[in-house]
Amino acid sequence: MSDAASAATATLPAASAPAGAEETQPVKARGLVKRYDDVLAVDHIDLNVRTGDVYGFLGPNGAGKTTTLRMALGLITPTEGKVELFGRDPLRRGAAALEGVAGFVEAPRFYPYLTGRKNLELLAALDGAGAKERINEVLEVVDLAPRAKHKVGGYSHGMRQRLGIAAALLRRPRLLILDEPATGLDPAGMRDMRELIRRLAGEGITVLLSSHQLPEVQELCDRVAIVDKGRVVYEGALSELRRQGGAGYRLRTSDNERALALASAHGGIEQATSVDGYVRLQADERDVGALSVALGREGIAILALTPELATLEDLFFSLTEGPTSPTPSPSPTSGSGSASGSGQERT
Amino acid sequence: MTLTAYRWELRKLISQKRTYLGLGLVIVLPLFFVIFQNFHQRHDHGADNIFASQIGQSGLATPVLMLLFLSVFMLPLAAALVAGDIVAAEDGNGTLKTILTRSVNRGQIFAAKALAAMTYATIAVFLSALVATVGGVASWGFNHVVTYSGTVVSAPEALLLVFAANSVYLIPLLTVASIGVLLSTVTRNSAAAVVGTIGFTIVLLIIAQIPGLEGIRPYLLHEQYENWHGLLRTPTDWAPIWHSLWVCALYAGPALFAAYLVFLRRDVAGG
Repeated sequence: MSDAASAATATLPAASAPAGAEETQPVKARGLVKRYDDVLAVDHIDLNVRTGDVYGFLGPNGAGKTTTLRMALGLITPTEGKVELFGRDPLRRGAAALEGVAGFVEAPRFYPYLTGRKNLELLAALDGAGAKERINEVLEVVDLAPRAKHKVGGYSHGMRQRLGIAAALLRRPRLLILDEPATGLDPAGMRDMRELIRRLAGEGITVLLSSHQLPEVQELCDRVAIVDKGRVVYEGALSELRRQGGAGYRLRTSDNERALALASAHGGIEQATSVDGYVRLQADERDVGALSVALGREGIAILALTPELATLEDLFFSLTEGPTSPTPSPSPTSGSGSASGSGQERT
Repeated sequence: MTLTAYRWELRKLISQKRTYLGLGLVIVLPLFFVIFQNFHQRHDHGADNIFASQIGQSGLATPVLMLLFLSVFMLPLAAALVAGDIVAAEDGNGTLKTILTRSVNRGQIFAAKALAAMTYATIAVFLSALVATVGGVASWGFNHVVTYSGTVVSAPEALLLVFAANSVYLIPLLTVASIGVLLSTVTRNSAAAVVGTIGFTIVLLIIAQIPGLEGIRPYLLHEQYENWHGLLRTPTDWAPIWHSLWVCALYAGPALFAAYLVFLRRDVAGG
């Protein structure tokens, strides 16, 4: 896919709402619960994927991501709650609810005894609406045209992932749901997959990307939901999440011991600790300014004062495994117990 | 869309090696029989079955005798091999979720699969009959046969009766396929569904042997395997055919309906 990803001139299937159709939220989940006997796999999850989002659905393995996506696609029935795709409930509307929606849950699966092209022909036949005419086009997009006549049983994992994308593109989706699309790919394959997703998003396709690979989400997504133990612990803009977690500072002074004591006693300064010759602290900009003035008054020279930007990894682990430093400041909401980015509607 | 899904179900069957296992069984046995009889050249004129005693006189006795032999186990096995696999295999391979996220409803997929399983069973029956007929006629000629009632029927009429007998045998065989589809849908395991389907008929066979239960024999599935015998009498005895029709409907109808409901409502999380 690398060549295709970087240089292909193939036109991607356009993503557009049917003429006259009222555009509604691509994915809207409310209070989704899935229980398997005593195991609560999904615990009152709300999701809001907006048109044009590249929406990261992030969480450790077993957090409930795939189960949530299965419910979204109508493959499994929620124990409670509902999910709508463009305002349509897959459980009530069946295949009609999936119009404009494509993707795969877990690894894409195909018939190993059929060629890649035959698999696509089968799926195109089930889709109708001229999907068959797009087979060559989508094979070019994922750079599988040369292997299209080979049986899928001989495909590598990466090729199957790409065939999964091709199968999804046959449907001219407005919403692409991808579950761990880069899992099992080598570094070059992962890079190409990200490039492809970026291109598809650039074409106007809303992407719901489930992943536990933080760099992938950080690189591609503009909004995220972080899910842990079946619950959403954050939903909102990635930039907002990083802003929340980025309020840490590293301070080096002429007298760190006194500086630490001063910081600890200073209003608005939190979690002041001494680490490796630095004082690490949590505060907003105004309080850090006040602290620097106070240090000057005490005759303590500031040798270095640098903000510590939280990586997504820091934020992820602080939300899913408890606080580390630096720490985002999730504001729990009732019901789902989740944190929400500013400006993010919670329901 | 159901027709499209059905066509693709058939194409999938054609593309799988396992499809040919069952067909191979029902072809090889008549072939083996014909070849063995040709070499043996000793036909038992004192056989219990009237068609066995006519093997060397008319090639059209062969397909009747083969239907008699294969109808008890081999043809139900062939039908179960595909019917038991047709949903469970897709579940196990994870391809069920692939096709259920396209523009086709679950009911349509189920109908296509059930129809494909029954089509396969039908093909198995007529392929076996074709091989037996061609082999028999090539070896012993296109001659008249004597039916169970002792009536002599001309060769063309006998050929028609062979076709009719195989058609009527489809009633219980498609019932076996329906049970296979049910077990395939419920168990999500091909081997369990295939074995379960055959096991079900064997259990009924055992039940039939239990003293005191003779009264339920006419309502057991394996008893319907011989429903076609009525066609080979003069006048035609329609009673066993009608009987098997409603008895089999009592097995197949609920089985297919239950399978349909399970398929519509099941969680697809495999693969």
